[in-house]
Amino acid sequence: MSASPPLVDEALPAQRSPGYWRGTLRRLARDPVALGAGTVVALLLLMAIFAPLIIPYDPYQSSMLHRLNPIGSPGHPLGTDELGRDLLSRLILGGRLSLFMGITPVVIAFVIGGAIGIFAGYAGGLANTLVMRTVDVFYAFPSVLLAVALSGTIGAGIKNALLSLTIVFIPQVIRVAESVTTQLRSSDFIDAARLSGASPFTIVRVQLLGNVLGPIFVFSTGLISVSMILAAGLSFLGLGVEPPSAEWGLMLNALRNAIYTRPWIAALPGVMIFITSISFNLLADSIRQAMEIKG
Amino acid sequence: MMRYLLQRVLYAIPTMLGVTLLCFALLHLSPGDPLSSVLPADASQGLRNQMMALYGFDKPLPVQYVSWLWRALHGDLGMSISTGDPVARDVLGAVANSLRLALIATLLGFVFGVLFGFVGGYFRGTVLERVSSVVSVLGVSVPHYWLAIILVIGFSVLLPWLPATGGGPDGAPGWHWDWTHMQYMVLPAVAMAVIPMGIIARTIRALVADILGQEFIVGLTARGLDRRAVLAHVAKNVAPTALSVMGLQLGYLLGGSILIETIFSWPGTGFLLNTAIFQRDYPLLQGTILVLALLFVIVNVLVDALQTLIDPRIAR
Repeated sequence: MSASPPLVDEALPAQRSPGYWRGTLRRLARDPVALGAGTVVALLLLMAIFAPLIIPYDPYQSSMLHRLNPIGSPGHPLGTDELGRDLLSRLILGGRLSLFMGITPVVIAFVIGGAIGIFAGYAGGLANTLVMRTVDVFYAFPSVLLAVALSGTIGAGIKNALLSLTIVFIPQVIRVAESVTTQLRSSDFIDAARLSGASPFTIVRVQLLGNVLGPIFVFSTGLISVSMILAAGLSFLGLGVEPPSAEWGLMLNALRNAIYTRPWIAALPGVMIFITSISFNLLADSIRQAMEIKG
Repeated sequence: MMRYLLQRVLYAIPTMLGVTLLCFALLHLSPGDPLSSVLPADASQGLRNQMMALYGFDKPLPVQYVSWLWRALHGDLGMSISTGDPVARDVLGAVANSLRLALIATLLGFVFGVLFGFVGGYFRGTVLERVSSVVSVLGVSVPHYWLAIILVIGFSVLLPWLPATGGGPDGAPGWHWDWTHMQYMVLPAVAMAVIPMGIIARTIRALVADILGQEFIVGLTARGLDRRAVLAHVAKNVAPTALSVMGLQLGYLLGGSILIETIFSWPGTGFLLNTAIFQRDYPLLQGTILVLALLFVIVNVLVDALQTLIDPRIAR
């Protein structure tokens, strides 16, 4: 994918091309948007990982005397929620579940959808038709509807929400993986490998994978933001994480009754979802550009 | 071209069948038995069997599917377990309300999306392009349900200008396109319009920039056409894509409005879906999802047809 080296006099010592991945990393490091968004994502992840160490209060300790304290209350910099629990602590701890619920379905869908899509693209023929027609059926549902329909049927809970979100994203990844694989399938170098007697498995592993993983990966990173919003949305509806766990979507819903008394407190969990989603979106856009993938 | 359109319609039929199969499967994926919401836990086995037979749950699955599909094709989606009303009637009423909201939201998103996209693509390399790309990133990144809450806080709580919830004034059933009714629509429509606005702006910006770089634009400019005439040519080339993205977004908003409708208690399909889920009213849930998915497929076919009519190159 890197540019072909200029024609040079053969007497010159051969120059090693810096390589695709190093070029990608260098371009990312030069992109201020990528650096900014990447830093925020890294901070959010660190916050989630080390949440139990940095939270100032017990996030489950409720206090009827300190319900809905305003932002900037002594001891509670971001106030307290409807049960008097420290909001800062809950927002920090909430990041754990929110990020987990947002990222996991995309990772699973990347692996499963990628595998099925590459298989369908490389196999072609009837197998391809069967897989892609099934994918079409899932595409007949807007993502939100499909996620809600699945979660609503199999019931609330973290596992069920993860399952429905994964099912929502797998067909989307399959479609991308199938399309890039199909495009490459008839390339000369694949034909050459086939003629040399390589088994399909070897061709996929050696020739194909390196070329198709990039676009599939970029597409999947772009899904994380959607997944974060959807996952929090499911919890918001009462179809995801269940109380008293701290999760941003759930907290946003629980604080909805407080919009008349403490509007700014009610808005806070959504701010966290927004920051996360926009950072992942910007990072994904930058990665796409740095990897020089169109679309 | 007729052949292409016909092909497109025929192509949608297996998809629709798949949709019905998936909707049917949903009911049977659900844990517990579907009668749990109508029967008391200590109902006798005889009563249970009688109800199972009444709803047809005692027959083998393929038979259940075929008879369900047959009835659905005739507009009979069964009875709601919780209210006893025909599901089809409930769903159609809700679809009308959702469609009204989705249409206005799509229109809003389209107008602002096209505006930002066109400006961003035309004034490349300027501050305006930056503004346009920031707007589209914000549009696709904002959790729309949070934006809905922010809008309520801003325009119903802090500034008491607009109603926070409801699908119209109490005691005035039905819908009229007057301010008394439309004020209920403003906040949900704006909250829903943000995603399509971001997506349309992003698509149009890239497209306009791409078209402006093509040779025929250079040719037109060289022939002495003024800026407005050139822009008209750009607009003509953008139109098919813009309209198809808009159509898709309409479909998404129609089927994906559950969060917004729940927040605003807008009496549409999303609200109905929410009710069905929490009352474990499976026939209602199944019927609503089926109608929404089929509508989405139909909208997609219509969008394709419209696009082909505008731009005959697609059929070739």
